[in-house]
Amino acid sequence: MKIAGAKRWLLAGLAASALLHLFTGYTNRYYLGVSIDVAINIVLAVSLNLINGHTGQFSLGHCGFMAIGGYVSAMLTIAAHKAGIPQALTPLVFAASLLAGGVFAALAGIGVGIPSFRLRGDYLAIVTLGFGEIIRVFFQTFEPAGAASGLKGIPNYTNFLWAWGTAAITIYVVAALVNSTYGRGFLAVHDDEIAAGAMGVNTTRYKVTAFAIGSFFAGVAGGLYAHHKVFLSPTGFDFMRSIEIVVMVILGGMGRTAGVAVAAILLTLLPELLRGFSDYRMILYSLLIIILMLSRPQGLFNFVGGKRVKA
Amino acid sequence: MTEFLQQLLNGLSLGAIYALIALGYTMVYGVLRFINFAHSDVFMLGAFAGYYLAPIVARVFPSGSVAGAVVVLLSAMAICAVIGVTIEYLAYRPLRRRPRLTVLITAIGVSLLIEFTSQHRLVFGPSPRTFPQLLDARTLDIGGVAIGTTQIVVFVLTAVLLAGLTFVVQSTKVGTAMRAVSFNEQAAALMGVNINRIISFTFALGSALAGAGGVLFAMSYTKIEPLMGVQTGLKAFVAAVLGGIGNLPGAALGGIVLGVVETFAGGVQGLSNYRDGIAFAVLILILLFRPAGLLGRAQVEKV
Repeated sequence: MKIAGAKRWLLAGLAASALLHLFTGYTNRYYLGVSIDVAINIVLAVSLNLINGHTGQFSLGHCGFMAIGGYVSAMLTIAAHKAGIPQALTPLVFAASLLAGGVFAALAGIGVGIPSFRLRGDYLAIVTLGFGEIIRVFFQTFEPAGAASGLKGIPNYTNFLWAWGTAAITIYVVAALVNSTYGRGFLAVHDDEIAAGAMGVNTTRYKVTAFAIGSFFAGVAGGLYAHHKVFLSPTGFDFMRSIEIVVMVILGGMGRTAGVAVAAILLTLLPELLRGFSDYRMILYSLLIIILMLSRPQGLFNFVGGKRVKA
Repeated sequence: MTEFLQQLLNGLSLGAIYALIALGYTMVYGVLRFINFAHSDVFMLGAFAGYYLAPIVARVFPSGSVAGAVVVLLSAMAICAVIGVTIEYLAYRPLRRRPRLTVLITAIGVSLLIEFTSQHRLVFGPSPRTFPQLLDARTLDIGGVAIGTTQIVVFVLTAVLLAGLTFVVQSTKVGTAMRAVSFNEQAAALMGVNINRIISFTFALGSALAGAGGVLFAMSYTKIEPLMGVQTGLKAFVAAVLGGIGNLPGAALGGIVLGVVETFAGGVQGLSNYRDGIAFAVLILILLFRPAGLLGRAQVEKV
């Protein structure tokens, strides 16, 4: 895929989000809410895919970065709201708060990434998992953010355009990055870290970069989530949430941006579609994960077998 | 000083339970190299098995007797062993030659399936239950340190189970085969070891220990619910990594270290709120200095 082509897709995605946004006034609020959930999950899954898929690291703490971004941006907009920012400036304030959330999450990502380069595989997975849990425990005791009772009164800024626009930008950034000359390094680290190092690729820097960019977008997704649900509770950011994102990445096919985005859509819609069987829906959801892994272990949308193709 | 000893004692009894669960994680990791997420739910099922077995056993054995408690424990262990072997047979065996991540996600799926199924109102239901008292609650007072009968049973049974496990792994034929499979699966198969049977046996052994952990946990903390395995299982897994995953004495040591550290942290003013995070902070610190865990041996990667 040429960059020019990717840019065209980005513009198309943004235009489509803007166009559809004009019609959101006429749609059912439930569908609108679910569509925003879908977009947020796309951002999370595609950004985790950069770490777990393209770079071949194994992070189980993605939701910790999401929590940081969510809390930082929510606290900023609440403060701005209290200070009485004029209505016209709210999009600016919101954008700034999302960026701030992303930057804080990225800093945390670097903080996790740098010491973890000594660890590999399962040990890295468990350190990221532990990090996610530490963040959750931190917010559970952090009084300014409401501690265990959660952060209330977050303004409802997230709408269709913000959510899907961010999703389009995330997909574009990750796809363009991985397909760039610089981005070949991520794939090299994924394919064979030792060989990549021997060929002069600075593997540590690539791993830390992947963590930083991946967690930046997770932080932005957290900000969108906070201003969509207008309430943040530390229990919403537990280990299961991270697992959900990992499942999306693996079902989509590790390292396949498009597949991961589709898997994020399906796995968000699935529990909603199963709502009719409310008692059994989570049982069916878990059964489906097992059946999918037994029948299509390479990921739902991975049709090329073992050979790596361009995302 | 007495308070210190008391905390140490409480920490050790929590750590003993972590150790029992951690052993299952580490054994499965040793032979199959993946994290068996469903293990924490086998632990939960062990506690529920004990819950349903206790009234039945109480009809035969006088209630509160040690014999009754041991019968409940052994039956729960047997049930869990069967569950563990079944899970391996249905969910993991078809994926034997597939990438480890696939198996990992399947394990997560199995774990979710057990959790959601047992939360369903036709199974256990989501609300917590009180575990029946298996032993007469008596407290011994040794120099100001209070030891409950349950705690003594936890220590004795854990010691017996650990000794039994060491014997099985080190001195029996099947244990030798287990170590061989863990060391090099292909070479073991060439030497005539039936890999499938050994893996089943490993799951049976690990799940039985988790079941024992479940019953002992329920006896000590009396409240059981379908999600009780999530946090405890996670910490037991941390304990396994802490000791060096794949290393049996390491898992036991990691469990005890974690239990003690967590209990002490819970007792310190200002730190108690962070109790659940302490385990992970300790883990990260130790892994930064000893990336292979406390007793693990650093593996040299061959190119």
